[in-house]
Amino acid sequence: MRRVAVVGAGMTLFRHRMLETGKEMAFEASRMALDQAGLDIKDVDSVVLGSAPDAFDGVHMKGEYLLDGAGGTRKPYTRVFVGGGTGVFVPIAAWWQVASGVADIVLVVGEEKMSPLLPHPQYAFWSIFDPILERPLGVTLLWIFSLEMRRYMHVYNVSEEDIALVAVKNKRNALDHPAAQLAANITVDDVLKSEPICWPVKRLDVSPTSDGAAAVVLASEDVARRITDDPVWITGVGWNVDSTYWTNRDLCYPEYLEKAANMAYRMAHISDPKKEIDFAEVYDPFDYKELHHMEGLQLARRGEAPKLTREGVTQRDGDLPINPSGGLLGVGNPIAAAGMMKIAEVFWQLRGEAGKRQVKKPVRRGLAQAWGDLMQVGTVVIMER
Amino acid sequence: MESKKTLPGTPITGAEWENEVYSFRKHSVQLRYAWDAGSAVSGFLEGLKEGRILGRRCNRCMRVLVPPRAFCERCFRSTDEWVEVKDTGKINTYSVSYVNNDASRRDKPLIVAVIEIDGASPGMGFLHVLGEVEPSKVHVDMKVKAVWKPRDERVGAITDIKYFKPLEV
Ligand SMILES: [Zn+2]
Repeated sequence: MRRVAVVGAGMTLFRHRMLETGKEMAFEASRMALDQAGLDIKDVDSVVLGSAPDAFDGVHMKGEYLLDGAGGTRKPYTRVFVGGGTGVFVPIAAWWQVASGVADIVLVVGEEKMSPLLPHPQYAFWSIFDPILERPLGVTLLWIFSLEMRRYMHVYNVSEEDIALVAVKNKRNALDHPAAQLAANITVDDVLKSEPICWPVKRLDVSPTSDGAAAVVLASEDVARRITDDPVWITGVGWNVDSTYWTNRDLCYPEYLEKAANMAYRMAHISDPKKEIDFAEVYDPFDYKELHHMEGLQLARRGEAPKLTREGVTQRDGDLPINPSGGLLGVGNPIAAAGMMKIAEVFWQLRGEAGKRQVKKPVRRGLAQAWGDLMQVGTVVIMER
Repeated sequence: MESKKTLPGTPITGAEWENEVYSFRKHSVQLRYAWDAGSAVSGFLEGLKEGRILGRRCNRCMRVLVPPRAFCERCFRSTDEWVEVKDTGKINTYSVSYVNNDASRRDKPLIVAVIEIDGASPGMGFLHVLGEVEPSKVHVDMKVKAVWKPRDERVGAITDIKYFKPLEV
């Protein structure tokens, strides 16, 4: 396998509703990533795009619809989709192409425009459930996450206060992110007193729905050495998907994520992730998910993530900064673009280009992770300087 | 990245949206579907009509699968036989929903739960709702029992079970 480098990244603002179409947002993010890499579209051998359910846009060939904006016309072009896990899966699908020698330069784009669907984007998620056994009960996406959160709290004796600390941290971190939609200085009490949506999930436990796009450029080693002094290497990738029978597994721990992480750790020759990963961007559409994912990634023992959070270990100046970007809770959650935002953040952090968001300790190795579908998919990318 | 003062994108505020400051086009679609229940779930729905909960056993891993399926996804072979399980179980996890699926507020909160069904393999259950209980009284591992619609109102649907209620001890 050939070594694969990230050589540029770009993104749009994340907002509840944007004037730009999906194509236009994909173009803006792609253009910015190419500019940072010093490349033009003619240099790009292949394009991989990720975007979540077509139901948001109401365009049921979204990959093709977005093609022009992602620079994919008249090129080998692929759209990939694994629900919320998509954002970190797009660079994996692009990595295959460079690692295998099929392409030298691949443009990787995550785009999401959730706002078109009325009265609320939430409605589209109804269509991911089993039509015979679940939809007749009036199921909503929030049900399954609140059920998972409650199970996690029960098994590991985790309090709502502990979980709220994640929302407080991430929304505060996002104050330094120029794309952020929901950056704020809030308190644990604000979270606890926010309106219950689906208890134990309250308004401030949840990330918003968003429009936005993010992109990176991947290159082979010889191209990367030629165009930049500062490549960031992708040294491990992993992905894993469990059954859609989500009521048949213990939701307290994401085994599929452990498998995805172990796949990536093996590739990156990591035996003790807690010591060897310097910082991580883990998927945080809900605050409890950050804790759940830290444990699945084995950055904390089972049930230990709340303690690390309480002790400040996961703060930007802590020993293991988690979501220095501000995460989905603070920056926003345009699904596939949100995962790509995490990839871009790890890239910028490793290059020392994260500005006010730069984590305090020197960092050499970072991890980005996403998750989704019916609480069943884990996608992991490890990057090194 | 920091050298770029502002990132691309033109946010539309709620007020701008209300006042239709920018151009857009609205359209509604209505799509109608008829989903076949399949060979395994059809049997499950027939069982519900008779007031029984049915699972399928895989004779290789010996799991009793609820909801039932035609094949065992782990052994990747056809399942072997129907097994009647109980209409009781315990709450694996639960939550209290204040919203509908279009994000609008419900008039009354609804308690939803994953119920591990007695007689199925450990951890096997399905999603349903709870009734005849206050949210504050519900707990994980609570024993519950199905409350069925009257026989002549049952149509072979998951909603033939009205809800699960706490099992009196
Ligand atoms: Zn089996």
